[in-house]
Amino acid sequence: MAVHVGVMAMCLAIPAKVVEVKGDGARVDFGEGVLREVNVMLVDAKMGDYVLVHAGYAIQVLSEEEALETLRLWNEILDAAEA
Amino acid sequence: MVESLRFRDATLAKRVFEKIRKLASNVGAIKICHVCGTHEWTITHFGLRSLLPSNVEVIAGPGCPVCIVPASEFDESIQLALKGLVVTCFGDVLRVPGSKMSLLDAKAEGADVRVVYGVGDAVKMAEKEKEKDFVFFAVGFETTAPSTAVEVVKKPPENLSFLVCHRVIPPAMKLLVEMKDLSLNGFIAPGHVSTIIGVKPYEVFPEVYGMPTVVAGFEPLDVLFGVYMILKQLSEGKPRLENEYVRAVRPEGNVKAQELMREVFEVVDGNWRGLGVIPSSAFELREDYEGFDARLRYNPKVYGAVDIQPGCKCHLVIIGKVKPIECPLFMKACTPQKPVGPCMVSSEGTCQIWAKADKTVS
Ligand code: SF4
Repeated sequence: MAVHVGVMAMCLAIPAKVVEVKGDGARVDFGEGVLREVNVMLVDAKMGDYVLVHAGYAIQVLSEEEALETLRLWNEILDAAEA
Repeated sequence: MVESLRFRDATLAKRVFEKIRKLASNVGAIKICHVCGTHEWTITHFGLRSLLPSNVEVIAGPGCPVCIVPASEFDESIQLALKGLVVTCFGDVLRVPGSKMSLLDAKAEGADVRVVYGVGDAVKMAEKEKEKDFVFFAVGFETTAPSTAVEVVKKPPENLSFLVCHRVIPPAMKLLVEMKDLSLNGFIAPGHVSTIIGVKPYEVFPEVYGMPTVVAGFEPLDVLFGVYMILKQLSEGKPRLENEYVRAVRPEGNVKAQELMREVFEVVDGNWRGLGVIPSSAFELREDYEGFDARLRYNPKVYGAVDIQPGCKCHLVIIGKVKPIECPLFMKACTPQKPVGPCMVSSEGTCQIWAKADKTVS
């Protein structure tokens, strides 16, 4: 789960898995076992996608590919011989 | 799941600290500024500052969207609440002091002030209680402004209007770079604002000001790699714009959200608490939507607003010039339970983040 779920910070967006899309709304799972309704008008989200949710609105679809790429890149940086 | 991959791996963190230490020994004293309350939370909560080399300082810029709304705009919301309108707001906003009182004080005096999770809740309430007039106190940076735009464009119920207090971040970053006495060496750009605006608005920082700029996410490793990337740029003498948070930030940002914001809002000069007027840094409803503008509908009048209470150093905390612990009131006259300044109220205010870490992090 992402950083400080319990704190309602204003720029914070929390990742959630899209379980069902119905028009402008979707049911998402924040990983706490409770499904919540969010507005998905700002994104093209499909079932199974992970979206970043802010104040009840999905603001971006997270890219699993890019997440893996980030980890690959980090390891590459760390394995590089020079600083 | 995307976020639970190894973004908090302690071994990785140790190794990146080593890299940072090596790079830091090649550069002089470095001051890196972030502009997001959530970055401040990550840095403080995980104690990252104390683990960085002593010549690498990370300071918190104006990244709390509640803290930078001037008292005059809180006074407007309080006036509307006392006039008998139902004022809906984010939880963080409730206890922020206006000039004389907060929305919570107004509530104690009998005003109908309701905390909502997002603007969508305000719409639902207004639809349900047609006999009442509702105002949504629209605070927030580019992360939040699109949600307001969504509801305005959908033609909200007639009994709902918007007190728009949104601000945009890049002009504030420009103000910081131009403050010569702040002598910044790099920016960690805000990840979630960037999911909306993309990376282009930051190009000016490396190109015009020679400032390494890295868009970073919010896990401790994101922030550490952000610092690493900035130090690397500095040691190579090649300032550029990089995106560490590619899993959420596309170069073009969220185009749909940008279009909606352009449709609904006009960019105007904005007053920031403690910072004064920053050109082209605020949103106002466009003419087509002005029927939903609470200011035009109810004409609140505010005179002689007081942004900074006596003794409070929020105006300096907001630009990272003063650390909360350097404020004589910190945890004495000013606590999260009895806040003096906005920086102690919001969960993204630097003072509150430091105050809470005081108790929770050894
Ligand atoms: S500790 Fe309180 S009084 Fe001091 S700067 Fe922070 S909010 Fe203001």
